[in-house]
Amino acid sequence: MYVELKNLNKRFGGFQASDNISFGIEKGKLIGLLGPSGSGKTTILRMIAGLETPDSGDIFIAGDRVNDLPAAKRGIGFVFQNYALFRYMTVFDNIAFGLTVQKRDKEYIRGRVSELIKLIGLEKMEKRHPHQLSGGQRQRVAFARALAPNPHLLLLDEPFAAIDAKVRKELRSWLRETINKVGITSIFVTHDQEEAVEVADEIIITNSGRVEQVGTPIEIYKNPKTHFAAKFIGESITLADYDKLHGFEKVKGFDRAVLRPEFVHITKVQKELYPHASQRGIVENIFFKGNTLELRVDLGGQKITAYQSLDDASFSVGEEVSVLIYRLYLLGENEVRLEENHSIKSEGSFFI
Amino acid sequence: MRSKTLQIFLILLGVLFVALMLLLPLATVLAYALRQGWRIFAAAITDNYAVKALNLTLLAAGITLVVNTTFGIFAAWAITKFRFRGKQALTTLIDIPFSISPIIAGLVFILIFGRIGWAYPLLEAWKVKIVFAVPGIVLATIFVTFPFVSRALIPLMQSQGSDEEEAAALMGAKGLEIFRKITFPHIKWGLLYGVILCTARALGEFGAVSVVSGHLRGKTNTLPLHVEILFSEFRLTAAFAVASVLVVIAVIILILRNIVEYRLKKEEE
Repeated sequence: MYVELKNLNKRFGGFQASDNISFGIEKGKLIGLLGPSGSGKTTILRMIAGLETPDSGDIFIAGDRVNDLPAAKRGIGFVFQNYALFRYMTVFDNIAFGLTVQKRDKEYIRGRVSELIKLIGLEKMEKRHPHQLSGGQRQRVAFARALAPNPHLLLLDEPFAAIDAKVRKELRSWLRETINKVGITSIFVTHDQEEAVEVADEIIITNSGRVEQVGTPIEIYKNPKTHFAAKFIGESITLADYDKLHGFEKVKGFDRAVLRPEFVHITKVQKELYPHASQRGIVENIFFKGNTLELRVDLGGQKITAYQSLDDASFSVGEEVSVLIYRLYLLGENEVRLEENHSIKSEGSFFI
Repeated sequence: MRSKTLQIFLILLGVLFVALMLLLPLATVLAYALRQGWRIFAAAITDNYAVKALNLTLLAAGITLVVNTTFGIFAAWAITKFRFRGKQALTTLIDIPFSISPIIAGLVFILIFGRIGWAYPLLEAWKVKIVFAVPGIVLATIFVTFPFVSRALIPLMQSQGSDEEEAAALMGAKGLEIFRKITFPHIKWGLLYGVILCTARALGEFGAVSVVSGHLRGKTNTLPLHVEILFSEFRLTAAFAVASVLVVIAVIILILRNIVEYRLKKEEE
């Protein structure tokens, strides 16, 4: 493990920001720290950087315990949420700052900075000040500034939060490619699951100061280990009376279930495939989402959400439809279980 | 239509008030000072005691400026860029001179350093004189103008946050380097604004200084005190002439203040 946190605790007054945090990160990986705001993800990042001191626990980077090492000596590059570019310095001076502080010779600095300016594609903008740049350009400068002193570890705090939606998508793939090109171990903090899934090799989900689950995006999506992970990843709704859904029975110790829209299939009543596994619902609302339709369906009092391709048959509000639910995540006391619709199986064998 | 009437009414009210309360008295000072012609005016302000009083006022203001600027920067720096226990208390304490009457401030120094004060034997042993001497005047002026610089800086530095400083520290910059390269360029106009206000107040300070000065002509008399002495001796023309010197200084400071304020606003945009 290249970066390792062991039983880290941090308290701000009465607020437990980090509650026994432990995880490890392999060299060269791009890690996403994902959690809602106030879940303690930024505190973890700041403790790794040395901007906050943990109350207890150890931080190891490349095998060395760095707790007592000042922030500047940890070999870390940090990209702040609002970039924290030096507003009274040019792009060039911003990127050169870390090297100037280290008193590297002028020739080297000039070479390294122009190399980085090329990397971020801001040639001919060296003389501009931060306020003359767009949000995306500022982010790139912050990125280059963090990389200039050749850190071993790059930390990014909500790198895309301050950028508008369209540029954000572009910047995400740019950042991913560039980090791969540079080959630096990186950790970024985000509250946006879509962003984490798209950018990270591995995701660490945090909630109220604790680590909920660590894994690749696919693993976490397919096998959520905790209630929080099951609900946080993917658009999901929680159902209490899941045994009222056709094809599912109450399992002892599992009181509620999480249903994701992609587990639901909606058809016209005449085209129903599995009569025993399906049930009838009433369309309550239809939302146009750009490339799909989102349907809200009332299923005997329980409201569920489903997606519908624009090419499929069109439904209208108030229409009775056939609803088939493939699977559910059942939430137990301390576990999450994936449950398939068992009526589909029995019915399937009937047909064959 | 009604809002138009209201607007005119409010503007008129403002202008009238300023004219009555500020411009009229200032004009009176100048008119009275020049009542008996330039010669008398010149004689009054080049009078030996007047010049000495002006020098003392400038000296006290100068020392005050250095002390309070240094203190103000450090205080604002500590309050805005660090987290510590008792920060709120410190912020409130710094403001005390704004809420205390200057007379009380003067009396406090008499009670500490004066003949009845607890520090008097100590000062006597070291042969240092504070009350009824220049150091007392300087101390009183410092006390009264204590919060100006830090008050001008704190909101500015708070709005800036400490991200840039943290970024610089992460890259290995040390305290003084961070201040010089990151913090100072941001606060320079605000600092100048605070310094100007501090100067204006220091030059005109009367109450606290009056208590500790002892009014020794040519020794511990500042310009505002000199004006009062002249006035109480019924030398009205001379009193107003000297006062007009203070008025001119005040107007110059006012103009400077406006220029700085303009730059400050531009900086914020």
